[in-house]
Amino acid sequence: MNYFLSNLPEFVSMVCFGIGFTNLLLNKNMIRKIIGLDIMDTSIYLFLAVKGYIAGTVAPIVTLEEQMVGVNTSLYTNPIPAGLVLTGIVVSVSVSAILLAITVRLYEEFHTLDIDEIIHMVREEDRRAE
Amino acid sequence: MKKKLNRIYNILCVIFALVFIAAMLLTVNSLPSIGEPTNPTNNVVSEKYLTDASWETGSLNAVSGMILDYRAFDTLGESCVLFVATIAVFIMLRRDEDSNPNLPTQYLNQSYEDEDDIIFKKTLEFLFPVILCFGIYVIANGHLSPGGGFSGGAIIGAGFILYLNAYGLDKIERFANSKTYLACSVCALLFYGLAKSYVFYVGANHLHSIIPVFADGTIFASGLILPLNIAVGIVVSNTVYALYIMFRRGGFNK
Repeated sequence: MNYFLSNLPEFVSMVCFGIGFTNLLLNKNMIRKIIGLDIMDTSIYLFLAVKGYIAGTVAPIVTLEEQMVGVNTSLYTNPIPAGLVLTGIVVSVSVSAILLAITVRLYEEFHTLDIDEIIHMVREEDRRAE
Repeated sequence: MKKKLNRIYNILCVIFALVFIAAMLLTVNSLPSIGEPTNPTNNVVSEKYLTDASWETGSLNAVSGMILDYRAFDTLGESCVLFVATIAVFIMLRRDEDSNPNLPTQYLNQSYEDEDDIIFKKTLEFLFPVILCFGIYVIANGHLSPGGGFSGGAIIGAGFILYLNAYGLDKIERFANSKTYLACSVCALLFYGLAKSYVFYVGANHLHSIIPVFADGTIFASGLILPLNIAVGIVVSNTVYALYIMFRRGGFNK
């Protein structure tokens, strides 16, 4: 527990990741599964944002005078995690959209959001087809 | 029997999740404490971006300079992911006479918006141009201030969603229908890919690029970053609006 207080945001993000993962495992409702996946994504953004933070610095937007004479790098946070978080947000938006679209189609077909019932119905249909 | 199995599965899940969280917490416990300038993440790479991005790319915003110049193909991939995701949702949720001939016509032409809401309409009459201008400002100043194609595109897409909710699908489809969606997205992606391929080809072969970089803090200071930001903004605003219109049932009418 030596780093607990200084690493508190990282602890929070890991606990959120675990909560989202448990959501994926335990919930049978597909919408809730997607929400769990989004919680996992968001906890990763928190982790990356914390990784790029340097105490006492500001966002990496330099001034015009510094551009001329040279940038003092100790004044700004790390710009790389910001770019990575951008990629992550885009991918998670796309994945959520596709998963929700699949959920809509499955609901129209089977009139339930419970994934166990859907698997059961699909197996029944297969057996009948044989 | 089945209930019992379910219960065992639930208990096992909880135990697994707790062990998983405990392992992650133990790992985080041994990471270096956050906010220190000497951490291994704050190494020579971020220093290089901070010192050189402002005069090499002309972008004062180091993040913009990084994602639209040094790592521009990554952003092209992101834009393509958004476009492909929208197309996939479009394939799954599209409803018209072609995809389902048994669909009743009133289902297709049904309006989901309250088109008689005077307060909403009058407010949006004033607010819609403001939202569009703010989105364009955020996109155009992406290399000088916080913002860029992704955030500005999301603002413009949200403005379009508000317009659709106030005035209905028929009014907005005069200028935002499936044809303009496809034309804008494909042109923006093509322009992005071709322009950036040219720059990378020229840079790798030590040739002289015809795209000037002034690096003087004006809006045209950063060469290709402004057009690329606009392309990304078009793709993102199209995606936000198209995803909304697909999930509100029916997709585009025209």
